[in-house]
Amino acid sequence: MTELKLEKPRSQWRDVWAQFRRHKGAMAALVLLIALASFVLIGPLVWRIDPNFIEPNTAKMFKLRNLGPSWDHPLGTDQLGRDMLARMMFGGRISLAVGSVAMLVALFIGTTIGVLAGYFRRLDSWLMRLTDLFLALPLLPLLLVMMFLFRETVAGIMGPRLGTFMLIVVAIGITSWMQAARVVRGEVLALKEREFVLAARSVGTPARRIITRHILTNVLSPVLVAATLGIAAAIITESVLSFLGLGFPPDFPTWGRLLYDGIDAIRTYPERVVWPGLAISLTVLSVNYIGDGLRDALDPRIRGR
Amino acid sequence: MKLKSILLGAAASFALAPAAFAERGSDGEVKIFYYQAVSTLNAYLSSGTKDVEAGSLVLEPLAGFDQDGVLYPRLAQDIPTVENGGVSADLTSITWKLKEGLVWSDGSPVTSADVKFTWEYCTHPEGGCAQGAKYEGISAVETPDDLTVVVKFTSPKPYPYQPFTGGTAPILQKAQFEACLGPAASSCTEQNTKPIGTGPFVVTDFKVNDVVTLEANPNYRDAAKPAFAKVTIKGGGDALGAASAVMETGEFDYAWNTQINPEQQEQMTAAGKGKFVNAFGTLVERIEINMTDPSPALAEGERSTTKHPHPVFSDIRVRKALSMAIDRQTLVDIGYGSAGRPTCNLVPAPAYQASDNTECIAQDIEGAKALLAEAGWTDTDGDGIVDKDGKKLSILYQTSVNAVRQDFQALVKGWWNEIGVEVELKSVDASVFFGGDAASPDTFQKFYADVEMYANNFDGTDAEPYMAQYLCDKIPGPENQWQGENINRFCDPAYDALFKTLSTTTGIEARGEVVKKLNEMLTKDSYVVIPLVDRGRLSAQSNTLGGFILNTWDTELWNVQDWVRVK
Repeated sequence: MTELKLEKPRSQWRDVWAQFRRHKGAMAALVLLIALASFVLIGPLVWRIDPNFIEPNTAKMFKLRNLGPSWDHPLGTDQLGRDMLARMMFGGRISLAVGSVAMLVALFIGTTIGVLAGYFRRLDSWLMRLTDLFLALPLLPLLLVMMFLFRETVAGIMGPRLGTFMLIVVAIGITSWMQAARVVRGEVLALKEREFVLAARSVGTPARRIITRHILTNVLSPVLVAATLGIAAAIITESVLSFLGLGFPPDFPTWGRLLYDGIDAIRTYPERVVWPGLAISLTVLSVNYIGDGLRDALDPRIRGR
Repeated sequence: MKLKSILLGAAASFALAPAAFAERGSDGEVKIFYYQAVSTLNAYLSSGTKDVEAGSLVLEPLAGFDQDGVLYPRLAQDIPTVENGGVSADLTSITWKLKEGLVWSDGSPVTSADVKFTWEYCTHPEGGCAQGAKYEGISAVETPDDLTVVVKFTSPKPYPYQPFTGGTAPILQKAQFEACLGPAASSCTEQNTKPIGTGPFVVTDFKVNDVVTLEANPNYRDAAKPAFAKVTIKGGGDALGAASAVMETGEFDYAWNTQINPEQQEQMTAAGKGKFVNAFGTLVERIEINMTDPSPALAEGERSTTKHPHPVFSDIRVRKALSMAIDRQTLVDIGYGSAGRPTCNLVPAPAYQASDNTECIAQDIEGAKALLAEAGWTDTDGDGIVDKDGKKLSILYQTSVNAVRQDFQALVKGWWNEIGVEVELKSVDASVFFGGDAASPDTFQKFYADVEMYANNFDGTDAEPYMAQYLCDKIPGPENQWQGENINRFCDPAYDALFKTLSTTTGIEARGEVVKKLNEMLTKDSYVVIPLVDRGRLSAQSNTLGGFILNTWDTELWNVQDWVRVK
């Protein structure tokens, strides 16, 4: 008698990872994103120059202005002798933080509205009309008006930096949840007629539990994809606001602000625009590729093909 | 003999040729770039230089100032003086004679009633006139006949040329503005954007904060002028873009106030399409200190008003310490190069009225620290920021969006941090900051910050109206729609008293002495104004634009009727 050899059950996430690894673009993007994240998170621990430090000794400061790359300043210095590498790292922290937090806000709102609209028929039309309303609003003017109206009030409560951060994050969050809501609603509409949901309902499981146990776990894949795309959009929106002078205070470098400041020197020192521009593009590109890879990996129909 | 006459004839025709070209509207379109977009053409409703200067294409004063600061007649026949009898011997009245046959662009005659109306318009008790200082101390304006205007002063005016002169005090048409007196002034959109004037151009289209298009005034008093048929004033963008539009791409003929750093100036000049023109006038980049409390905790309408004095800046030692910490030469080297020089004065020119005070030029960080300590501000908790009674010395420092100003902000913040002052920076879009919109919280008049930086100057050569800006009754507030010029909310009875004596002092030298004293009361005696840089005016002019003369004593468009296209 031969012994039946049972294969160790494979977890779903291992399958996803295996599939994800086969997507070359996504893998490259993941490596790049990790590199960028460690650049901004670990970098300042190694490269300990204050991004806003201006040499107080005037004679020395003049010698430090507009330097090209050197060992002391690998990315050179700006028009006031501030170290560009330190500014890039510091700026990246803000940009990435804004990107991820704004994405979480948008995702939270989007998923909540999507699930409610998909699961509860009575709420559906109301919530979807609200979504349409938000989709129809021109976002940039709305953002500008929000910044204009609330910046000072919020800055008064939380201080100018945290205040601006919160405002930007919330502003981007509540203006970019609509796509996620629509995608989630569609999934939920299909899911709630599936057998396992019907079975759960037939044994008297309350709606709250069905949503958290059965629905949410199954809408995870579109939500993850929407999340990655949301990060990219949020980073770009923050850059736009900084570029328009409506983001963080002028002495608070973000990638968008660095780009904006660099524009003035674009003819003489194009690298000042190139570095932040490159960082924004690479982040957005890699996040998009990861989203692409995730979508493929999370779709069981594509998986294993 | 015959050959000679032919040659002479040829020479003569060449000599006459340019004159033959000088015909109204023969040179096509001239494009002007004001990167601070124009929001009104009525100088009485805006303290923004851009609005005053754009308006000067259409509206004219009785007399203007030429490039040397000398008064020359525009609508008037000549300049009244004591010698020619135009100014009364007791200096209490001045009689202007209008040129004969002057007509508005709609064809109706210009009369003394219009001049009188202009005075009534700006001095209306319920209106917020941005140029009120020009009409200080007038008791009456009389019109004995259609061409004669007699301005009566309440007291002898040794300098009687304030009212109705320079780009900031143009004559309005009574028929057009009659319904716009007092509170109605700012709601008269049609009138304020398409004023009927006597100047070389009339407005054809006005897009607020964007583009103004004008065409040659068919009724302009000189039949051969202006040479250009059309003027386009484009707004928006920034100084760099404006300079580039003239110097590099050649899209525009003239760009106003192209304040860019010395390196970029050099580079743009190399493109060969234009040149930077520059002249020193009275423009001073300064930090203004708010003497009232801008705290957001206060109710709207009480914030930055005299009801609440500033909790920190009421002590002169703090203000002086801020001034001492600044290295003005560095600011000049970084921001302006040869187009600027460090100054400690609010009135840097002309020489007879400029104080020789230079004590602020040398930076003194240690002295500033000592002064703060003396005022009770010490760093008790070791966080690098001085404090007193448990309150940290933290200030908000705002200015307009402009590359040089942002560099200045960063540098000044560095120095202030060094003496233990915490600084938050804020930059506001220039069209909003200088826009004078009473509904916006971000204008320089509202001053919802502790200190703010900008540049200002006065037109003409006499500093009296400029000094009048700092009188107690010129403080902006909700009751005058935030239109006052006393941005610091400075109020000192001694200053007001000394200013009164200026109104009775005669003789250029003696007046100069008083102005010097007033200037010092604002700068080295009180430090409510911290002058930084005496800025030369820097504008960009295309090589194809002829007849342009940079004037630092009046509007830069003062001689636009003489501009021609160089072919």
